[in-house]
Amino acid sequence: MRLVGLGIALSVVVTAAAQAFEIEEQRLFPSPDGTDGAVLKVISTTDTEIFTPLASAFQAQAPGVAVDYSVVSSAELDRALRVEGAAFDIALSSAMDLQTKLANDGLVRTHRSADTERLPDWANWRDQVFAFTQEPATIVVSPSAFDGLEVPRTRQALISLLRSHSERFQGRIGTYDVRESGLGYLFATQDSRNSEIYWRLTEVFGRMGAELYCCSSQMIQDVAEGHIAVAYNVLGSYARARQALGDPIVVVEPQDFTTVMLRTAVIPTSAESPALAGSFVDFLIAANWEWLEQGDGTPFAPILASGEGGDPGARRPIRIGPGLLVFLDPLKRKRFLSEWQDAILQR
Amino acid sequence: MTADVQPSGSIRRRLTLQLLFSAALLAGLLFAVVQNFAREVAEESQDSVLLASVTSILDAVTVQEGEIVADIPYSALSMLGNVSDDRVFYRILANGEMLTGYADLPDMGLSEGEIGSVAATGTYAGESVRMVSASRRIALEGGPVEVVVSVAQTRSGHMRRIRQISRDSLVLGIGFFAIAALFAVLAAQSTVRPLNVLTGSVSRRGPQDLRPVTGSVPSEMVPLVRSLNRFIARLKITLSRSEDFIAEAAHRVRTPLATVRAQAEVALQRVEKPENRQSLKDMIRAIDESSRAAGQLLDHAMITFRSDQLEHREIDLRELVMETVERLRPVAGLKDIVVTVTSPDRLSIPGDAILVQSAIGNVIDNAIKYSPAESDIEVELEAGSERAVVRVLDEGPGFGDEDLHNATRRFARGRNSEGTVGSGLGLTIAEDVARAHGGGLGLRNRTGEKGACVSLVLASR
Repeated sequence: MRLVGLGIALSVVVTAAAQAFEIEEQRLFPSPDGTDGAVLKVISTTDTEIFTPLASAFQAQAPGVAVDYSVVSSAELDRALRVEGAAFDIALSSAMDLQTKLANDGLVRTHRSADTERLPDWANWRDQVFAFTQEPATIVVSPSAFDGLEVPRTRQALISLLRSHSERFQGRIGTYDVRESGLGYLFATQDSRNSEIYWRLTEVFGRMGAELYCCSSQMIQDVAEGHIAVAYNVLGSYARARQALGDPIVVVEPQDFTTVMLRTAVIPTSAESPALAGSFVDFLIAANWEWLEQGDGTPFAPILASGEGGDPGARRPIRIGPGLLVFLDPLKRKRFLSEWQDAILQR
Repeated sequence: MTADVQPSGSIRRRLTLQLLFSAALLAGLLFAVVQNFAREVAEESQDSVLLASVTSILDAVTVQEGEIVADIPYSALSMLGNVSDDRVFYRILANGEMLTGYADLPDMGLSEGEIGSVAATGTYAGESVRMVSASRRIALEGGPVEVVVSVAQTRSGHMRRIRQISRDSLVLGIGFFAIAALFAVLAAQSTVRPLNVLTGSVSRRGPQDLRPVTGSVPSEMVPLVRSLNRFIARLKITLSRSEDFIAEAAHRVRTPLATVRAQAEVALQRVEKPENRQSLKDMIRAIDESSRAAGQLLDHAMITFRSDQLEHREIDLRELVMETVERLRPVAGLKDIVVTVTSPDRLSIPGDAILVQSAIGNVIDNAIKYSPAESDIEVELEAGSERAVVRVLDEGPGFGDEDLHNATRRFARGRNSEGTVGSGLGLTIAEDVARAHGGGLGLRNRTGEKGACVSLVLASR
C-alpha cells in the first residue's frame, strides 16, 4: 500500500519535514460551499482513492466541512498519535491491535451517540474504538496457475497441493512480510492463535521460497499479472474490488477458518474538532449499516457483509479487547518474529 | 344516654405502625447486607480474574538460553476483556528491573522479597485501577531471579456492576418492605378482628337481650368477656327487681283504684247537682286513666317476663283481633268511633295469645285515643307466607317526624298527644311483643289521607 501510495503523484506537497512520522500522501478535500469553516483532519491507513467517495458523501451531508486526509502506515499512525501527539481529529486504521492499544493507554476520546448505540458489542469497545467494516483475510489464486488442479478451499488442502506440486509452485507463493506490515502481523498472530496449521503452512511457504510483501494490493497485482500463483492472507475487500475490475484472480475464504479484521475508527485526545470527528464516526457507522440496507453500497466492505462465497460459520472475527495487547508486547513480538523467520526463511 | 368514651389511640394503628417500623428496619438492614455482600463478591471476582491473569503470565516466564523470556499467553489478557470493557495494564519485573509492559505502573501492595499475591486499589492513567501482583523465583545462572508480575484493570465495569447491584438490592429491600407492610396490615387486622366480632355481637343485641356472651374468644379476651357477663348478670338482676317492683306497685294501686271507682259510680247515682256530677265524672275519668296506666305497666312487666320464656302455641289471629275489638267497642262508642275489621277467613300464627292480644289491644286503644270523635278506624289483617300483619289505620293527627323515632320509647308520647291521656307505654308494649314474635312495629302516616298507620308485624311460621 505504501509503495502504491508513493507511486501515485502526490496531490499535495507533503510537509513531512516538520513531522517525525512519515506521511505517504496527503490530500485536502475543500468544503463544497467554499467556506473556510471547519476542517476534519483524518489520519488513515486507507488509500486516498478508496476514501474519496466516502469524503464526498460526508461533505454532501456537511457542505461546510473541508477534509484534510493523510495516508500513513499503521505503525506510523501509532507513532504520530502516541509519540508525536500530532493533532488529528480522527484515525482510521486496519491495525485494530494498535487502535485498541491507543484506547487502552488513554489516548482516545469517548464518543456516544444514537449511532454508536446501534453497534453490536463486538464492534464497539468502550465507546472509543468503533468498527465500521468486516474484512476477511483470503487466499487469492491465479486460475491459470491452477490449470488442471482443484483450487484449495482449506489450508490443509493448500499444504497438500503445494507438497505434491512443489515444482510448479516453487517461488510462486506470496504472503505478508510480518516484520514490515502491521496488518500482516495481526493476521499471522491471529492465525497462529486459531490453529497450529499456520506454522506448518508457513514452513511449507518457506520451503517453496515464498515472496514477502508489504501490502495486499501488491500481492493481488502480482497474482493478477501471473508473477505468483498464490497469495496468502490478502485483504478480501481489496481482492474482490480488483476482481470486479476484471483482474483474473480467484478469491478464496478458507473454510477451516477465516480470520476477519475489523477496520476501526478512534478519536484521538489531540483532536481539535472532536464534535466534528464524532459526527464523522456516526456517518461511518450509518454508511456501513444503512447504505448496506438500502443497497447503495459503500466503498468499504460493509460491517455486516455476509461473506460472498465464504462460509459464515468459518469466520473468526478478531475481538477488540485487551487480548490484542498481547502480541504488541515487545518480548512476545520478538519471540513470534523469530519463530516466523525460522519457518519462512528456513535458516 | 351513653357516656362519651375517650379513645386513647388505636390498637390496630399502633400495631400496624410498630410492624411497619420493624419491617422498614429489616428492609434497610437487608439492603445494606446484600449490597455489602455483593460488593465484596464483585471485588473478589475481579481480583480472582486478575489473579488468574497474573498466574498465567507468571507461568509463561521462563529462562531460555540464559535469558529471561516472557511469552504472555493470549488468554492472560483476553480473559479480562470477557468481564468488562475496562482498560488493562501489565508489567513484568525481574529483580526489580523492567522486563516488559507498562513501566510507570505504580508499585502497589507487594513489598520486596514477598512471595505470594497481593491485590490493591490505586490510581493509574487518571483512573482508579485494581491491581494484583504475584512473584516467583526463577533460577538463572547468576543466581535466583525474582520475577514480579502485575496486572491492573480499571474499575468502571466493576463500579457499574456495583451500581447495578445497589439498584437490585434497593428493589429487593423495597419489595421486602412492601410484602412485610402488607402482612403487617393483615396481621393488625386479624388481631383486632375478635374485638370487632365481640363488639358487633354485643351491640347488635336487642334492648331486652341480657343473655351472657358465649361465643369463643381468644384467651387474652376471656377476662374481659367474663367481666362483661358478670356485669350483664348484675344488670339483669337489677332490671328484673325493678320490673317486679313496678308490677307489684301497679297491682297494689289497681285494686284500690277499682274500689274507688265503684264508690265514685255509686256517688254519681246519688248526686243530682250538675256541677257535682261533673266533678265526679272527671274523677271517674282520672281513675280510669290511672288504672289503665297501671294495667299497662303490669302488661309491660308481664311481657318482659314472658318474653324470656315465650311459649309458642298456634293462635287464631283473626279471632284474637275480633275479640279485642269487641272488648274495646264500648270505649270507641264513647267517641262515636266505628271500628271495622277486614280479615282473611283463617289466619293462625304461632305465639303467645296473651302477649299478642295485649299488643293488638294497645295499638287499637292508641288509635281510639288519638282519633277525633265520629271517625273510622280500620283494622286490616294480612297474611303473608312469612309474616302476618295487623294494620290499624285511624283518622287522627298522625305522627310528627320526631315521633316516628321516639313513639315506641317507654313513656314517650307523641307531639300530638297534648290533651290526651295516656302513659306512653302502649306502642312500646306492642313493639316488644312484635320483636319477641320475630317481627316489629311499623309506624307511618297514611299516604294521601290524614291519619296514622301502625303495622304490627308477626312471624307467621
